[in-house]
Amino acid sequence: MPIDKIFKDDANEEKGERARMASFIGAMAVADLVKSTLGPKGMDKILQSTGRGHSVTVTNDGATILKSLHIDNPAAKVLVDISKVQDDEVGDGTTSVVVLAGELLREAEKLVTSKIHPMTIIAGYRMAAECARDALLKRVMDNKEDAEKFRSDLMKIAMTTLCSKILSQDKEHFAEMAVDAVFRLKGSTNLEAIQIIKKPGGSLRDSFLDEGFILDKKIGIGQPKRIENAKILVANTAMDTDKVKIYGARVRVDSMTKVAEIEGAEKEKMKDKVNKILAHGINCFVNRQLIYNFPEELFADAGVLAIEHADFEGIERLGLVTGGEIASTFDNPESVKLGHCKLIEEIMIGEDKLIHFSGVAMGQACSIVLRGASHHVLDEAERSLHDALCVLSQTVNDSRVLLGGGWPEMVMAKEVDELARKTAGKKSHAIEAFSRALVAIPTTIADNAGLDSAELVAQLRAEHHNQGCNAGIDVISGAVGDMEERGIYEAFKVKQAVLLSATEAAEMILRVDEIITCAPRRREDRM
Amino acid sequence: MALAFDEFGRPFIILREQDQKTRLRGIDAQKANIAAGKAVARILRSSLGPKGMDKMLQGPDGDVTITNDGATILEQMDVDNQIAKLMVELSRSQDYEIGDGTTGVVVMAGALLEQAERQLDRGIHPIRIAEGYEMASRVAVEHLERISQKFEFDVNNYEPLVQTCMTTLSSKIVNRCKRSLAEIAVKAVLAVADLERKDVNLDLIKIEGKVGGNLEDTELIYGILVDKDMSHPQMPKQIEDAHIAILTCPFEPPKPKTKHKVDIDTVEKFETLRKQEQQYFDEMVQKCKDVGATLVICQWGFDDEANHLLMHRNLPAVRWVGGVELELIAIATGGRIVPRFQELTSEKLGKAGMVREKSFGTTKERMLYIEHCANSKAVTIFIRGGNKMMIEETKRSIHDALCVARNLIRNKSIVYGGGAAEIACSLAVDAAADKYPGVEQYAIRAFAEALDSVPMALAENSGLQPIETLSAVKSQQLKENIPFYGIDCNDVGTNDMREQNVFETLIGKQQQILLATQVVKMILKIDDVISNSEY
Repeated sequence: MPIDKIFKDDANEEKGERARMASFIGAMAVADLVKSTLGPKGMDKILQSTGRGHSVTVTNDGATILKSLHIDNPAAKVLVDISKVQDDEVGDGTTSVVVLAGELLREAEKLVTSKIHPMTIIAGYRMAAECARDALLKRVMDNKEDAEKFRSDLMKIAMTTLCSKILSQDKEHFAEMAVDAVFRLKGSTNLEAIQIIKKPGGSLRDSFLDEGFILDKKIGIGQPKRIENAKILVANTAMDTDKVKIYGARVRVDSMTKVAEIEGAEKEKMKDKVNKILAHGINCFVNRQLIYNFPEELFADAGVLAIEHADFEGIERLGLVTGGEIASTFDNPESVKLGHCKLIEEIMIGEDKLIHFSGVAMGQACSIVLRGASHHVLDEAERSLHDALCVLSQTVNDSRVLLGGGWPEMVMAKEVDELARKTAGKKSHAIEAFSRALVAIPTTIADNAGLDSAELVAQLRAEHHNQGCNAGIDVISGAVGDMEERGIYEAFKVKQAVLLSATEAAEMILRVDEIITCAPRRREDRM
Repeated sequence: MALAFDEFGRPFIILREQDQKTRLRGIDAQKANIAAGKAVARILRSSLGPKGMDKMLQGPDGDVTITNDGATILEQMDVDNQIAKLMVELSRSQDYEIGDGTTGVVVMAGALLEQAERQLDRGIHPIRIAEGYEMASRVAVEHLERISQKFEFDVNNYEPLVQTCMTTLSSKIVNRCKRSLAEIAVKAVLAVADLERKDVNLDLIKIEGKVGGNLEDTELIYGILVDKDMSHPQMPKQIEDAHIAILTCPFEPPKPKTKHKVDIDTVEKFETLRKQEQQYFDEMVQKCKDVGATLVICQWGFDDEANHLLMHRNLPAVRWVGGVELELIAIATGGRIVPRFQELTSEKLGKAGMVREKSFGTTKERMLYIEHCANSKAVTIFIRGGNKMMIEETKRSIHDALCVARNLIRNKSIVYGGGAAEIACSLAVDAAADKYPGVEQYAIRAFAEALDSVPMALAENSGLQPIETLSAVKSQQLKENIPFYGIDCNDVGTNDMREQNVFETLIGKQQQILLATQVVKMILKIDDVISNSEY
């Protein structure tokens, strides 16, 4: 009896063991791919895009690497997805989460081959994750009360985050910058207020944090280059030809003179608008849209600095910084809130001219100017700094911190091991496996640094047998050391997110016993 | 064959272009159809029950779905076989009607088909089998009615409802926090339920998801959540005691539907037109302001100028809100949707105690909460989770739980889960079989055997010895004449489903049996399959 095929032509179906193998292998391949970037001595990857120009990215950031991969394996996609979420949610730990999930699956694979049902493994993993989290909670430190200490905690976290990145040479400098910038936000997590400007040239060390606001624009010709006590009107309005917005309106004339008349009227209208804007008593006008030559000339005549074509974010940020509102109509000058700043001037960074607003009313926003040898360096520096900023801003809200350098993993592994001993039944194998997966992270860190991982991890484990031990792997000296003394700190929120999402992802992949791939959608062939 | 001969021996064609069609007839057709139906059921079989596995589906565009929900698996499976499509249809109709038990219905149908095949081999005519199934299903449904129990709950004591929802959720990936999700689902349903009429409009429950956070952060909001932010970045982020104008007209100059042109040929006309335009915006904003609105929610976009005017007059606004959301907001706030500015009056404004914008994570994503509405009939379930697939799966699971809660409000009867109801029915049908004279008797027995396959699959998936467990439970039910014994999937140590609190709704179970029987009957009646071959 021929069994008709149920699926469409190109669709295929993998069942049971084969499906599980396929997802394990896919997930582990992805984890192994980013594994070598973990830790302070992790290596970078070069990514070449398939798009036009074959642009090249050099990075160490797990989320960026995974985002640019073209992956066909569905299980691997799950891992890519968790790393992306980790990036969105806490900003750092994007590599760790994938590596941990990969290790969990690697352990699970061993268990499955020794005939333990996936559901049992999941139950064990869940218990273990819960226990690990409690272990971390017991050991967290919270210095929110003490401003001085809190700041030094933040500094240490920033330095730990940055030391695995390209900025590690100048990590103190950048950590200082990041902490300053985040403190200015005063607890908000809106990182948009921190502007990062990249200018090639100079060295990374020349990067600086600017208290004010820097707009990457030029000042119009013939307009003042320096304004003190500036009153700024931030606007979003058309300053080219002001279109009539009534639907279906069009100009139809029958003689040349009339054309001239209407042109005149148009000009008059623009002039009116400019006059209205000027009536606000401003000396700086920033518009999101283009400013045509004619109004620009009018502004120059009035001695007003006019800046055109600032992008949307720039406008919003400027509004935020100077405290002005973004205006689109100009009929009531008395009630529009203007922005203020002490000084507007043109500054030179490298070869480019930028406009610098200093002494702004609201101190929330700031700009970080990154300098570096090439675009690749700058891009990577921006990503690293972004990671640090994300972590810091999250830590400001949730001020619990942990030690770094594989310390949290060892603490969790110890507790989980203890749980395994207490648990009866097959689940204990899974719990044990969970602790092995946790230990894999310090192992990888040591391996990546070219150290003898087996020796170090064994030492570490012995150290951790003592209550309240602060030992971790110090990659710089290549030995086990006290993490508190070395000042290696991590944010609790990051670690927790890594732990929970990795377990969740592993669980999800483990539960699958069948993969059905639909026929790929046919692209329409254009002849 | 498709070729016949007339009385002179000349061939004539019955089926056009016969070389391009394939044709299966008679018993071959039935066998092929049954095989296809069984193949689909086999795929779902391992997803049944609290220990069921998930399926990973890769869509045509490479997107990945991981799910345990029968209806979703079948929908995305991209089947080509006609009979397999019927099975997909079957699970979908269970989903529409009941919302839960979509896997069970397919497994049931698969088992019925398997039994039918055996009867066909005995030489029983398919129609007789179908009739026998029909009779048996009637017996089973009646028996379900008999063993069902009324179960009491009210708005203050919703614990039983929560228990039932937990049964549904326990088979999903979210079972880690099934307790809290079940509570959320029940509270949501109770909030929108019309207990007098015993009806629940599930459209009033909106399910929103956002990646990030933990599953534990999932919350129920007595109000509406809109994935939008204020149209102007500097508008207030929080409005207390809001009076909301709900508009479906854009803050733009009107566009008459008739074709027209405005010709400008003199300077005066140009000027007047310009004035007119400004006036439009001014009037629109003034109108909203005049009726006392403190928040404008609009289906369309705003012109830059209008946007600033709104901001300037201290009138926060939200733009590009979808039609469905707009309706929900209108229901929740007790406002009316206003299609024209002229018709705006203060009675038509919606009222909400609190409207606030909230941002998430490190990205700049914001959402708008509308809470403490005048009419709290609309609620939102806001799901957080580790990744996109998790959220999609949680959405589906919550949907199932909501449907179960709704069904219970409609009809308070329940039967016991864990295969208990199926085993009880199987016993009843088996007993009834002997009363029927004729060939149907065999079909009825086959039906009873098919009913056993659901508890069997449950036991199999839970890692128990299927035949041993099933026979033990069956004899226990028969001996003590209590229909509450089922398969102990969670390894609790008791077979009594009352103690384990595993319920299912009566109508859900009945529907499963009826739908499965119907489809199987339909498949059995097919004796000729004509299909276009591909080339």
